[in-house]
Formats: sequence, structure tokens, C-alpha cells
Amino acid sequence: MSYCRIFSCLLSVLACAIGGFFFWASAQVWGAESDLLPARREMVRRLQLTDLAIWTEARYARHPSQADLFTPFQEFPGAAEHFPSGSLLAPPPFNLTTRIQVHAKPGTNR
Amino acid sequence: MKRHLKILEHALSSLRRRKGKSLAIVVAFAFTIAVLASVLFLSHALRTDANLMLTEVPDLIVQRQIAGRHELIPVDYAEAIRDLPGVAEVRPRLWGYYYDALTKANYTFVGLAKQAEPDWPLLQGKVPSGPDECAVGAGVAEVRRLTLGDELSMIDANNIGRFFTVTGIFQPSSNLLTHDLVVMTEEDLASFFNFSEGRVTDLSVRVYNSEEIDKIAQKVKRLFPDTRPITRSEISRTYDAVFSWRSGMLLTVFFSALAAFCILAWDKATGLSSEERREIGILKAVGWDTADILLLKFWEGMALAMISFMVGLLAALVHVFAFGAPLLAAVIKGWSVLFPPFRLTPHIDFYQVSILAFLTVIPYVISTVVPSWKAAITDPDTIMRS
Repeated sequence: MSYCRIFSCLLSVLACAIGGFFFWASAQVWGAESDLLPARREMVRRLQLTDLAIWTEARYARHPSQADLFTPFQEFPGAAEHFPSGSLLAPPPFNLTTRIQVHAKPGTNR
Repeated sequence: MKRHLKILEHALSSLRRRKGKSLAIVVAFAFTIAVLASVLFLSHALRTDANLMLTEVPDLIVQRQIAGRHELIPVDYAEAIRDLPGVAEVRPRLWGYYYDALTKANYTFVGLAKQAEPDWPLLQGKVPSGPDECAVGAGVAEVRRLTLGDELSMIDANNIGRFFTVTGIFQPSSNLLTHDLVVMTEEDLASFFNFSEGRVTDLSVRVYNSEEIDKIAQKVKRLFPDTRPITRSEISRTYDAVFSWRSGMLLTVFFSALAAFCILAWDKATGLSSEERREIGILKAVGWDTADILLLKFWEGMALAMISFMVGLLAALVHVFAFGAPLLAAVIKGWSVLFPPFRLTPHIDFYQVSILAFLTVIPYVISTVVPSWKAAITDPDTIMRS
């Protein structure tokens, strides 16, 4: 088999994989816009939300559009992180080691 | 055409002879493309999702500010704003933040008005409608290991433990909006945070005509100079800025990858190895002319660049949309304990893909051809002796 043939086979496989991915992506976008998006918009409307719940470390990061004028987002809207080390340091572990279960007394609400 | 195929065949066999070097270039080049494309795909998908989801945000949010800081707003302001011509509705919003010492996570509390609709999309269970009930986001449910009917214990503003029955858990498909939310009735939220009577966090305003939003914002500011109206377009602009390629983290990753690519291209452009020079000399000596050699080098560069670009692009697509960008998420996460897994809708900007191809493949091919041209115009005997 000539190198040209191997090369064209390889390119075809890669092109098909990328094309297939694009096709899958289009189907996903279409599905999300017809099913998921209206539900998410309804959620935003009912809860009167203004921001995405991505960064929860600081209030200016949780609600970048609602932050005070003195917060970094307002001074420099491109800053994803106020503290540069925040992007480098690992967050503290949050897994619970013990679980306390509180049960209501029989016959009462508490 | 046949000449091109023959030269391509020779170029590929020559790449195979230097398979170690060729493979190293493909790996480095594909990795650079994958990093750049991942950053572009992730930021574009987030920005598009934000813009699509946040179309239903209130037209105007009116905050009160004292000494440059956000302050609770008297609910009386709502009456005056409601009387402004063009205002359809003014609703008080009660919300706030809660640091949970147990999990070291920040939650966002949202108060629900009594007239809230009973059936909700993307919610397992039901919305809280009575005292001491709450609905939580999937992130809160995960870190506190909550299921429907469990009790969520938290310390209120008076340092008293409060228990809320979990009546609903938001589905993971709404994570980008609800991951850290704890939703409860407005009365519960006001008493939990010890809000003063007649004070709310801010006001949301709906305007009949969207063309008048800015005008209404100006009137609100004139009426209440201590307020800060935030329009829907400002919210949208914020997200455009946060996820644009200019944003801090994305810029850092973008330029790191671009610098790596420049070093690779520079290394190629600054000269050929002695073996490559010898090969060019021999080809010239056996009768190849300069144009043939340039074509050979063009196809060598093009073959490597095309394979690398496609492998890198495929890797980026799989990384961002199939696996949720785990490598970039670790950088974006920062100190956030509650961080939603990125199951993004795969919005792909083909313009970005073509720009990326143009900015990486073309410079690489040029950097392959230029030093070869320098060698090809030199006397073959001189090249082989050097």
C-alpha cells in the first residue's frame, strides 16, 4: 500500500470522526434548544435569576453582573479570578467524613 | 496532479524515514491545537449558553448602594418605581449568600413568593410552599448528601440552628443555574437572615417596551439617587466579557499555547537539520529543480499540519463536549467548593475553527518551506559538503 493511500485513509478517518462529532453536536444543540432551553428559561424567569452558578467562591464571582462597583469584576470585567493564586491552589477538601442524622421524635414535628 | 501525488508520496516516505521527529512534531502541534481549541470551544459554549438561558432575566434590577456597597432596599421604592410610565411590574427579590462551615461551601439562598406555580420544570419533587421547607441544587444535595424528605440544617443570622425539609432537588441538567441554590419561601429567608421589616435584597422591574429599559433606568436613578439600576443588556455584556478570549484565565492559557506553537514554528523556521540539507542537496544533484523541492517541503509541512490539526481538533471536541473539559475546569474552578460539572450544549463556532486552522496550519507550512527554499537555491555540492 502506498504512503499516499495510507495518508488519505488516515485523513478520511479523522475527517469522518470530526464530521460525525459536528453532526452529533448539531443534534445535541437542536435537542437542547427544543427541550431543555425552554425549561431553563422558565427556571430563570420564576426564580428571577441573573447569573450562572459557576464560581461560588466570592459574591462578585457568583453574581458577576450584580457585583458592587468596587469589586474586581466591575473594575476589570475580564478578570475571572480576583486572587491569581485562586486559579493555582487546590480548594479545601469538602467530603464529609461523618454524617449526623437528625430524626424527629415519634409523634412530633421536631 | 500526478506530479503532486508523486511528490506527496516522496514527502510521506521522507517523513517516515524521520518518524521519531515527525511524531514529536505531530504530538506537540496537536497538543497546542487541542489546548487552543479547548479554550475557544469552552468559552464559546459557556457564552452561548449564558446568552440563551439568560434571555428571561428581569429587564431591570434595582439595587440600593450605600458607601459604594450593596445595601438592602426599602420595599417602598417598589411603589414609586411601579408608578413610572412604561413599568409593567416591580417584584421584590429576596436572596443572599450563606457560608456553610460544615462543607466550606457558599450557597446562594433564593426566596420564593407565595404565588409561585406548583409544578416546576427541572425539579425533582416540589417547590417549597410552607415554613421550614426548601428545594436545593444538585451541588448542595451532593455535598450535604441530601435526598428528598431529608432535613437540611443551617445556622441562621441569630446563631440558631434551623432545619429545613428538602421538598425538591433541582435536576443536574439545570446545574449551570441552580447548582448552589437553596430555595425557600420569602418569609423563611427574611427570618433566616434577620432582614429588617420592609427591606428586600433588590427589586426586579419588567418594562412593557424593551426599547425603554435604559430610559426607565435613568428615571429610577433620578428618582432614587442611592440606587444602581442594572439593565438586562449589562448582564449580557458582563457574560460576553467574562467568557471572551480576553478574559484573564482564558488569555493566560491561550497565550501559553500560542507561545508553545510559536517556539515550535520558530524552531522549524530557523533552519534545517544536516540530514535534511543533505537530502535537498542529493535531490538537486539528481535533477530536481527548486520548485520541486519547495513542493516537496510544502507537502511535508501540509501533511504534518493537517494530521496534527485534525487530531488536535478531535481531542478538543472530545475533551470539552464529551468529558466536560476536566483539564480546563480544574483551572477555572479556583476556590469554588461547589462547582458544576460542565455538561455543555456543544455550540461550536465554525468561524473560530477556520480562524484557528488559518492561524496554525498556514504559519507552520510557511515555516517549513522558507528554510528549504534557502537551502534549495544553494549549490548542491556546497550543501552536501556543509
